[in-house]
Amino acid sequence: MSIFIDKNTTVIVQGITGRDGSFHTRQMMEYGTKIVAGVTPGKGGQKFEGTVPIFNTVAEAMAATNANTSVIYVPPMYAADAMLEAADAGVKFIVAITEGVPVLDMTRVYPFVKEKGARLLGPNCPGLITPGQSKVGIIPGRICTPGPVGVVSRSGTLTYEIVYQLTRAGVGQTTCVGIGGDPINGTNFIDCLEAFERDPNTKAVCMMGEIGGTDEQEAAAFVKQHMKKPVVGFIAGQTAPPGRRMGHAGAIISGSSGTAAEKLEAFAAAGMGVAKRPLDFVELIKARLK
Amino acid sequence: MNIHEYQAKEIFRAEGIPIPPGEIATTPAEAEAIAKKLGGTVVVKAQVHAGGRGKAGGVKLAKTPAEAREVAEKILRLHIKDLPVQKVLVTPAADIASEAYVGIIVDRARKKAVFMVSAAGGIDIEEVAAKTPEKIMYLPVDGRYGLMDFQAQQMGFFLYKDAKQARAAAKIMGQLYKAFMKSGASLAEINPLVVTPDGDVLALDAKMVIDDNELDRHPEIAKLRDESAEEKSEVLARNANLTFIKLDGNVGCVVNGAGLAMATMDLVKYYGGEPANFLDIGGSSNPEKVVNALKIITADPSVKAILFNIFGGITRTDDVANGIVTATKQNPLKVPIVIRLTGTNEEIAMKILQENGFSASSDMDEAVKKAVELATKGGKAA
Repeated sequence: MSIFIDKNTTVIVQGITGRDGSFHTRQMMEYGTKIVAGVTPGKGGQKFEGTVPIFNTVAEAMAATNANTSVIYVPPMYAADAMLEAADAGVKFIVAITEGVPVLDMTRVYPFVKEKGARLLGPNCPGLITPGQSKVGIIPGRICTPGPVGVVSRSGTLTYEIVYQLTRAGVGQTTCVGIGGDPINGTNFIDCLEAFERDPNTKAVCMMGEIGGTDEQEAAAFVKQHMKKPVVGFIAGQTAPPGRRMGHAGAIISGSSGTAAEKLEAFAAAGMGVAKRPLDFVELIKARLK
Repeated sequence: MNIHEYQAKEIFRAEGIPIPPGEIATTPAEAEAIAKKLGGTVVVKAQVHAGGRGKAGGVKLAKTPAEAREVAEKILRLHIKDLPVQKVLVTPAADIASEAYVGIIVDRARKKAVFMVSAAGGIDIEEVAAKTPEKIMYLPVDGRYGLMDFQAQQMGFFLYKDAKQARAAAKIMGQLYKAFMKSGASLAEINPLVVTPDGDVLALDAKMVIDDNELDRHPEIAKLRDESAEEKSEVLARNANLTFIKLDGNVGCVVNGAGLAMATMDLVKYYGGEPANFLDIGGSSNPEKVVNALKIITADPSVKAILFNIFGGITRTDDVANGIVTATKQNPLKVPIVIRLTGTNEEIAMKILQENGFSASSDMDEAVKKAVELATKGGKAA
């Protein structure tokens, strides 16, 4: 078991012929992900790597394959439209990798996707991986291994770091999810925690947050009220000077809300394990798996 | 991206928001000439990307053109939050009967653009929010439908009892929303929105922050960027497509991804060091980005060791390795470098580095510890 994707997941790649899209489609196929179609307007009828049919629209790709998932690698100015198109075509799980999507675009995408009953992950996220079964996005497959730990993170490369350290220590994962660092994203910590709580194979959860906003505090409250499984948390940006942007739109400290100290306190108050550095996850999680 | 008050006012005016006239001066003589042309008492306002201008002495009244010259001279010599004042806006002083606050921001919790309006304007809105939250009306706008007329009216009547003023304010809300959407803003603010003794509703100040991700779509807005009003090293980094923030320490950090970059800074501190900067080379990095990153970092004399921490996903570690080799061939390093890389194309990257005399590890803690040690003890290059 796992959350959101497994070996039966069928995937449409939006932007399959672009530099990033084609590179990561090959990587996903090598990992074993079932890529059933690609979409690039104007290249309909061609084949990717001689095997994957390319369509002009997501609607056509859905009519031909009835895939349950799509992954988006299209440039930022067109990414919002790609998300709308996927939701409208009936895709139930949409993973938007694209970085730099205007936030006002997302104010239109979010309610539309909800209305269509689809789940959106991202944008500006690394996607997700269920080790040994399927990966959708850009998380390097070789750093993961199957096991009992659920991973959810707001960052991309920091997720890799922690997953890699877990794997090296022999601690495998059910599913690793990067929710992305943008101000408006489709799936938040609580959505993932809820799914991990329900997944019988997940025995413990690692959660990596960042400074800025209140998502981590709300997630901590959720852990306290609704979760029986142990959760270990980390906050990146403990040494960031207040009031400065650190790259992610999400990583802004505004007023007193969103500092690392405040978030770590919320974790501790919720009975969560608190990792001071990425490496600490290993021991904290091992202790909770016993 | 920040834009100046006078630029935001031009955008607001184009939508029809009533704003008193005003002109920009870069010298005291220009300020005097504008004051003479406007006649009467004027306000001279520093145009600088920093809050708290008034408290810092950057906003002054002048009753005569000669006085306008005097205060402009003082203001043009100011540094507000380390940023030099290079321009002042000269505008007629308005008589004020009441002051209100109107703002739109993108609210991540509601996932919508949200209006915030309050009749308690003219002062710090954060203070109003903290002490008397009932004095603020929040109105979320559904991005699919935009601001509806009745919503604008609700806000107008929340601010003013007088129907004529409420309608005038409602009209301004609609115009402000249009300006906000058209410009790809993440914040648009009028503080204060005033009523004059004659009952006219006017915007006396304007502030806008533009979403950087929108700039490709709005070249006319992108052109408003005033690089002379920004931190130099940060301008350099942005032009090279890097996110860079200068800090006070001596370990220069080059990392891919904001989360890992922050975690790397945290770890530098954990092992007793101080990061010299935040630098995110982002995804899809090409070798040139790395060359530029090294240029920016080595330009800082306080950097005593350089730490690369790259975890390749969409970033290919061989691109980074090639960048390091190219950059150090162009400009041989004077300080030690510690390289940690792992992930996409790691084997190729390691080979490139070894062939060029670099050593690299794949362990983050080990690399950070070593960089801190080299920076504090001034050890030898790796």
